[in-house]
Amino acid sequence: MNATSQPTLAVSVRDVVRHFGRFAALRGITADFAPGKLYVLLGENGAGKSTLLRIIAGLLAPTRGSVRVLGASNIREVATRFGYMGHAPLLYDEMSAMENLEYFAALYGICSRERCAEAIRTVGLDPALERRVGQYSQGMRQRISLARAIVHSPELLFLDEPFSNVDLRSARQMTTLLAGMRDRGRTIFVVTHQAALMEPVADECVVLDAGRLVAREKGIPARLLTPYPAQERAPVPADAEARR
Amino acid sequence: MTPAPGVWTITRRSLAKDLRLEWRSKDAINSMLFFALLVVVIFSFGFDPTAEESRRIAGGLLWVAILFATVVALNQTWTRELRNQVLDAYRLSPAPPQALFLAKSLGNFLFVAILEVLMVPLFVVFYNLRSVGPVWQLLVVAVLATWALVVNGTFFAALSIRTRSREIMLPLILFPISIPALLAMVDATTSILTGESSPVFWIRLLTVYDLVFTTVCLILFEPVLNAE
Repeated sequence: MNATSQPTLAVSVRDVVRHFGRFAALRGITADFAPGKLYVLLGENGAGKSTLLRIIAGLLAPTRGSVRVLGASNIREVATRFGYMGHAPLLYDEMSAMENLEYFAALYGICSRERCAEAIRTVGLDPALERRVGQYSQGMRQRISLARAIVHSPELLFLDEPFSNVDLRSARQMTTLLAGMRDRGRTIFVVTHQAALMEPVADECVVLDAGRLVAREKGIPARLLTPYPAQERAPVPADAEARR
Repeated sequence: MTPAPGVWTITRRSLAKDLRLEWRSKDAINSMLFFALLVVVIFSFGFDPTAEESRRIAGGLLWVAILFATVVALNQTWTRELRNQVLDAYRLSPAPPQALFLAKSLGNFLFVAILEVLMVPLFVVFYNLRSVGPVWQLLVVAVLATWALVVNGTFFAALSIRTRSREIMLPLILFPISIPALLAMVDATTSILTGESSPVFWIRLLTVYDLVFTTVCLILFEPVLNAE
């Protein structure tokens, strides 16, 4: 197969370095990520996972190096094709879930109320809920944040600590949802410390340490799960093993 | 694929969102009103002018009070975008940055206009004001002057949003650059109130100021929005 007939990479990162003052958060990351897979980024605090995700999503500029997302070097060209869920919920506390989603959907040229309601239902919440987001529990906020990230049906999804402060049951539901999206051809990047939750559904794990990419492995090997209790593991979808 | 949203559509949606947030929180309006009211009352105790003197100083007092109160509101404008890092969600979207700037400027214009509507009757009462010149000209000056304050203010508030002492930074940057506009709005108002000279020159100056700064701010807003 020649180069032109190869499918476009979901993300391509070349020698990416990022400094914050004198601190080097990323030290020359180079990696290619094929589309249609669920990648889990692992590493200790300060390893550079969130920084890498923010650089790929275009929220931070690399000090050196280049990033291509869905074949484009200018991230704004593909802004409609990816979604991002950050540490913070990226929602207005004074508005309801529906009001938030209607506004953010409008930024993507979507004016369908039904589509917003569908996104809220997808994350397991009721679109008719009139309470303001500021009055939601942390777990509910995380779910609405996920709904915001997927309301425009992106083909590429970046999730930074989506399970933080989320109860185990909700986290499992979110994991199953992500696996379903991956099965429909979406590419998903998840930064998490809860590797066990992602273990049944992850296609590949990317391990960062002190700003360097130190390992890429299929699935999540058991040695990377040891700090996490077994009961965190999500139920294994029927076709998970076959996919690997 | 969904087509990229237009500037006016996003401006309208963002303005509606800002008005809704302000209606619910009343952050900007309350702090602005309280501050402006304090200034008017304190000035009225500080001076005891005759009707003639009032007409000469009222323009200056009014616009200085509005300028200070506007700064209070401008700081609030972007603060709510920093909570929960909501601004990142806008930066990630394909929505044009200029639409956000226009929406914020229009929102601030409305807030300051409401403040003026409430403040002017107080000024008239406290300073026993009667305009010698045509009152409709005051309305023109008010619109142009308010836009001059908010367009620069919105831009510089965005510029100082990520600085640690943004409450101090904003007036430090905004006041010097607003001097030509402040001069024009005060002199135009005084000219109309006293009826001694024509305010046309000052109105033209304000118009040019508005056009130049609106254009420059719209062009420069994208790098400001995406600054780290």
